[in-house]
Amino acid sequence: MKILYPFVAVIGLMLIAYFGAQAGLESLFGIVIPYLAITIFIVGFIRKVVYWAKSPVPFRIPTTCGQANSLPWIKQNKIECPSTTSGVLKRMFLEVVLFRSLFRNTQADIYDGPKLRYGSSKYLWLFALMFHYSFLVIIMRHMRLFTDPMPFFVPILDFFDGFLQIGTPPLYISDLIILLGLLLLFSRRIFLPKIKYMSLPADYFPLFLIFAIASTGCTMRFWDRVDVVNIKHLAVGLASFHPVIIGKLNPLFYVHIFLVSTLLAYFPFSKLMHMGGIFMSPTRNLANNSRMVRHINPWNDPALKPHSYADYEDEFREVMVEANLPVDKGLPVKEEEAPAEDTAAE
Amino acid sequence: MYDKGKVLTGLAIFVIIVTFPIWYNASGSEHYPNPKILTKVKDCVMPLAYMRSSHMKLLVDWRDEVLRDGNRTKVTVDGVKYQRSLQDGCMYCHKSKTKFCDECHKYVGTEPYCWDCHFVPKETD
Ligand code: HEC
Ligand code: HEC
Ligand code: HEC
Repeated sequence: MKILYPFVAVIGLMLIAYFGAQAGLESLFGIVIPYLAITIFIVGFIRKVVYWAKSPVPFRIPTTCGQANSLPWIKQNKIECPSTTSGVLKRMFLEVVLFRSLFRNTQADIYDGPKLRYGSSKYLWLFALMFHYSFLVIIMRHMRLFTDPMPFFVPILDFFDGFLQIGTPPLYISDLIILLGLLLLFSRRIFLPKIKYMSLPADYFPLFLIFAIASTGCTMRFWDRVDVVNIKHLAVGLASFHPVIIGKLNPLFYVHIFLVSTLLAYFPFSKLMHMGGIFMSPTRNLANNSRMVRHINPWNDPALKPHSYADYEDEFREVMVEANLPVDKGLPVKEEEAPAEDTAAE
Repeated sequence: MYDKGKVLTGLAIFVIIVTFPIWYNASGSEHYPNPKILTKVKDCVMPLAYMRSSHMKLLVDWRDEVLRDGNRTKVTVDGVKYQRSLQDGCMYCHKSKTKFCDECHKYVGTEPYCWDCHFVPKETD
């Protein structure tokens, strides 16, 4: 069920767009919905990030994966547990660009009866890299359809991506890798029992959705071809706010952009927000400098002044002495004797 | 909101990246291709819609049939026979590469490598 529902949902979306576009709703699927979706995406994304930014993070959260800055003869792990801004920048960079914390994944299993062992588990890291980078390349390549003249990076990407010169128009390596990556990410969820147990429809839905987007895209390029010139004209029109649909476009194209619109509109409300969230995660973006800097809890009542132990003892000394509790300072001696005592002590 | 400066900077970068096609196109210099039909013939070798979307497939199919199967039969358009060939077929009617093929290809950013080997017809004005 957890797999079936999202699957049916994606198929349903495809059918809606396929028949909707043929029933004369071209401008709904080609113009109205894409504008709506990108608006939801941008506004929803910003609202979510602002919402996150409103939650206070009163304390630095040191993660235990590296030695914190400590005594001079204990070597600090400057990237896993940075105490400076530059260290944090390094950690964030590696996290965002290379998915470092996925690289650290371990998997526990039980062997020989009750013995537990931990092994490194790099699959998620590898599949995630495959998927995210090919997705990035594909999005950047798509800019050829949204801009005229094209930005400089498109021909470069196009050259390397189509390097194999298989078929016509040439096969893109990133298309292969994204489909493979998605398949592997999906098989991870169905073949590893623990991961399967944890997976929810919200995990499968984006996988199916993006798989459907990529495969309709590949179909339009390699099998059921489309009029790229008029599609580009529509896309450039969308980007410059006077979209025009010329002639009858292949309904697959409407399926493709309806799915992309769904992805965009779904994005801010789903786990896909990790795109923004990775920058907001306190275990990654805060320096572990609690021993050097005093961090004040933002929701403290400003009327409450700090109350040190010395003050506390001043307030309760008599009661404490009466109760035989140890005190730092002792009760003040009788007034008349005080000066004499003082000199004697010296 | 905490860390206002940093969060707003990040969000500004996000918006700039996402709206890339909008501000990149702002100059409004789109050049919608207008391939010149330089022949008196009325029809292409296949229906127009098919040619617009799938001529690359047709070309490669021709190449495979002609070269791999040795099937050099000609294609008939309006009763006239034309060679199934890039140089002597397509370019027999579409006399100019720059005014015809390149018009569209520049627009969509594709550069077929066919011309590495196949001759480009002499461009006449
Ligand atoms: C018999 C002459 C002839 C041959 C051979 C020929 N074409 Fe055409 N082609 C035409 C004509 C005429 C048109 C315009 C058809 C129309 O407007 O209905 C055309 C239109 C096209 C179009 C669409 C242009 C547009 O404005 O939308 C493309 C693309 C095209 N041809 C490519 C090719 C390719 C590739 C080949 C070789 C496989 C080829 N043609 C062979 C005569 C020919
Ligand atoms: C109506 C516009 C148009 C015209 C005219 C046109 N093409 Fe294309 N051509 C395209 C489009 C669009 C693509 C596919 C671009 C894509 O999907 O990346 C393409 C792709 C190709 C490809 C495959 C791309 C590759 O990199 O291998 C070949 C080959 C090709 N065209 C040959 C020709 C030839 C030869 C002519 C001139 C006779 C021609 N085309 C005229 C629009 C056109
Ligand atoms: C490596 C060089 C080379 C490249 C690149 C190349 N061809 Fe060819 N092509 C040839 C040769 C050689 C022949 C054989 C000519 C013959 O025997 O008539 C040929 C023949 C053909 C033919 C059939 C006969 C003819 O005279 O046209 C077609 C159609 C064709 N090529 C299309 C293409 C297309 C489309 C592309 C680009 C996607 C392309 N070729 C790229 C070398 C090349």
